[in-house]
Amino acid sequence: MVGYMIWVFALLQTILFVAAAPLLSGLVKWLKCRLQNRRGSSILQPYRSLKKLFKKETIVANNASFIFHFTPYLIFTITILISATIPLIIANSPFTYIADIIVLIGLFALARFFLALSGLDIGTAFGGMGSSREMMLSSLAEPALLLAFFTLAMNAESTNLSTIIQHFITTKHLLFSPSLIFTALGFVIIAVAETGRIPIDNPDTHLELTMIHEAMILEYSGHHLALIEWASQIKFMIYCVLFVDLFFPFGLATSLTLNVIGISCLALLAKLFFLSFTLSIAEINLAKIRLFRAPYLLSFAFLLCLLGVLNHIILEVR
Amino acid sequence: MLLLTQITVLITIFAGIIALLLQHWHRLAKFFSFALLGLSSCLTIFIGSKTLITQQNITWQIVTAFPGLNWQFTLDPLAAFFLAIVGLIVLAITFYGPAYLRGYEKKRSITNMLLCTALFVAAMYLVLLASNVFSFLFAWELMSLSSYFLVIYLHENSVNRKAAFVYLLMAHASGLFILASFGILAKFSTNLDFISIHLAHLPTLWAHCAFILALIGFGMKAGIIPLHVWLPRAHPVAPSHISALMSGVMLKIAIYGLLRFVFSLLGTLYWQWGVTILIIGTVSALLGVLYALMQHDLKKLLAYHSIENIGIIFIGIGLAIIFMSTNHPVLAALGLVAALYHCLNHALFKSLLFLGAGVIQHQIHEQDLEKMGGLIHKMPHTALFFLIGCISISALPPFNGFVSEWLTYQTTLQAPMLSSGILRTLLPISAALLALTSALAATCFVKAYGAIFLGRPKTRQVRHAKDPTFSMVAAMGFLSLMCLVFGIFPVFTINLINSIPQQLLGTGLITTKNWLWLMPLTGNTTTYAPLLLCFGVLTIGGVVFWLVSCRPSNYAKKIKDAGYIPWGCGFGKIGATTQYTASAFAMPIRRVFKGVWAVTETLTKDNGNFEYNLITEDWSWRYFYEKLEKYLTFIARKIAYIQGGNVRIYLAYMFFTLLLLLWLVI
Repeated sequence: MVGYMIWVFALLQTILFVAAAPLLSGLVKWLKCRLQNRRGSSILQPYRSLKKLFKKETIVANNASFIFHFTPYLIFTITILISATIPLIIANSPFTYIADIIVLIGLFALARFFLALSGLDIGTAFGGMGSSREMMLSSLAEPALLLAFFTLAMNAESTNLSTIIQHFITTKHLLFSPSLIFTALGFVIIAVAETGRIPIDNPDTHLELTMIHEAMILEYSGHHLALIEWASQIKFMIYCVLFVDLFFPFGLATSLTLNVIGISCLALLAKLFFLSFTLSIAEINLAKIRLFRAPYLLSFAFLLCLLGVLNHIILEVR
Repeated sequence: MLLLTQITVLITIFAGIIALLLQHWHRLAKFFSFALLGLSSCLTIFIGSKTLITQQNITWQIVTAFPGLNWQFTLDPLAAFFLAIVGLIVLAITFYGPAYLRGYEKKRSITNMLLCTALFVAAMYLVLLASNVFSFLFAWELMSLSSYFLVIYLHENSVNRKAAFVYLLMAHASGLFILASFGILAKFSTNLDFISIHLAHLPTLWAHCAFILALIGFGMKAGIIPLHVWLPRAHPVAPSHISALMSGVMLKIAIYGLLRFVFSLLGTLYWQWGVTILIIGTVSALLGVLYALMQHDLKKLLAYHSIENIGIIFIGIGLAIIFMSTNHPVLAALGLVAALYHCLNHALFKSLLFLGAGVIQHQIHEQDLEKMGGLIHKMPHTALFFLIGCISISALPPFNGFVSEWLTYQTTLQAPMLSSGILRTLLPISAALLALTSALAATCFVKAYGAIFLGRPKTRQVRHAKDPTFSMVAAMGFLSLMCLVFGIFPVFTINLINSIPQQLLGTGLITTKNWLWLMPLTGNTTTYAPLLLCFGVLTIGGVVFWLVSCRPSNYAKKIKDAGYIPWGCGFGKIGATTQYTASAFAMPIRRVFKGVWAVTETLTKDNGNFEYNLITEDWSWRYFYEKLEKYLTFIARKIAYIQGGNVRIYLAYMFFTLLLLLWLVI
């Protein structure tokens, strides 16, 4: 009975994840506006934009190949699949057994691979520019992310995300170990780079010299664009939830009783709100850095994650 | 089984002989030669998988009149696995070859080509089966020589002759190193067959010497950095199906040689060897992919990727040696399985990519990435299969490249089991660099695929390109299917491979009947279920597609792709020249990792026309091989003084040599 329930719950959790992702983006945008003394659009604005995009006609360039048509669906699907493996409310998600954290990185890389290809498909300069920059940044961020996950996996002796989180819930003292502090710092920089936010990329501009992610998807419109936008909102939420799950797992439900789930939901809301608030403050105080400064920041993240691993492996083993 | 193996080798040799016999009837020769090769490759796959399942060793001997020079062969799981790999690739080649050679047979004789191909394949079978020093070295040299004649097949071009010469030189240098390392083993062994060498006890110092010589010898053939220079020269000039064989299979034979030498001939393993191989592997993987990123010649790019993948295989082998020497046999088995799995995977996707490159070259007579573009519309099947090759080599799920890298990562994650702090820190660093390598490989293949297939045609030749004949497409389709199958059903493969660590290390992984879940180590919650992953992607993707596009009352209106031209920033229609080029795509990487290449950039202005030239070179050629060549020529000049050109002097030399030898022997 419990085994059956947990699958249903994991499914519901995934649907909630996908549905709530635009809300989180809206919240961050709204908070940023309020902090800049602007009125800001409603928190629900991302939903309205998605609805509008789904309604509009889709224009595709005359020399687009099947990759261009196929990519939005693939990216959206893969992002949903990844979100299914992230514990949102209950720590033990059965989907994590299908794909562990290394597969998760692989899936992100697959989505990016196709997005970069679709940027090159039409043969405009912007698309190529975006693809090139995105691949450069991600090829630096990916190893750092893997190292961050390595520290966590070595701590829990498993690469299964649920096991890792449950390990941290049961052994709370680990959360203040130096290896995890370094890893958390590194993870923040990687998350900022991977979700295309300030100071690496600015999701709000369309200035051709600075854009990365937006340049890649410049040729997309209509429901294609809606799928890609939604996928990047889900991706943003994935990184936020991963961060709070891994480094602040307090309150995450480990059993399926109503009380525990209620507490878990409240804790999640509080954590995400706090994270959005911090992020907004950070974003309004930072400027976007030059493209060729970004590798320095990413190599710093790599260094932090490496320090995390070495700390664990030298100081904390046995 | 014994008879079948002998017949297989004989059929392969006969495939060459028949080409000689029928040399005046090109098409017949081609047909029979490839048919026999195909038959032998099917038999090889059967023999290989059967031996892996039954785990039986078969030995046979052919006694010759010369004392000590007997032929001795053994079929054991390690040889069987590599036999199966060779068989798989040769099978694809037999479909591809006949149609590919059609382009050559009008202008030149293909008899040599067919003969050497058959001999090359037979030599590879013999290297794998050989179980004494004489037959191993004989087959090894046969393999090197026959492949040399294949590389030099298009000999009109002086670049090709030079490349083939570099290949011949390095192949022989590698042969010499291997000979020397066998010489050390022979010193301590009673007999020259592999079993008595295995049983002989080797002092530590001699074991280290033998290991280093073997590492240089086999490493040169496998193409580790800095012994890789022949690879990016020889691969582009050989006909594509030969490049596929050389890169996909022959490099694996070198890996086989190293595995056989280290795990089965040298008795004890030392952790220093593991560290050496791990470091060499990591450096080769990273530098290989960085050099590949700067290449604009498609086949050169693929050749550099072979170096990268050999590096990844070396990482697995290094991990296996480290864990074995520190007494963790199960973890060593995991590392070895990862390395062997990557051998199989690399053979599949690299051959696939080389066959794809061959098709492109056949169609547009061009290997330069900057002169392609838009081929996806002209050759959709080739584009699809090449894409699968690109995804597989970039180690992306659910294809096969990902499984072996996943296993390698899982092995490095066991670093805390080691007691030495230095080893413990080395493993994660190597894993991080491996992650960097695979991310850069993905970048490189986005660049390559984008430049070849996507965008708009950059030259006129591209417009006349079309998909090749069915048999060539089928060969690529077969390899693509294999890439997917080995990616989705890893547990079957691992259960098969598992007999090799059992043979070499004495312990295997604990195999499970649970074929759905890949679980590297028991008692651990780490699992990966590629089939369920695919199922998930298909289900979610289907639902999303239905909701968005197929529902009658959907939001999305029908896509209008009746001829919208992309926006040209207000300058009207955009042409092919405004596209991002391959070198522009790789430019950020060149800037981030500057110093890795020797870059020469020139900008000349000629009547208002700017000409930009960019040359990125490998440091090793300029700073190692050219220096080495200078010294060697200097020494050779000095030695040349003894060559007076007078017959009497030469006779005197012979006489004194004879005296010296007599004095030494008696």
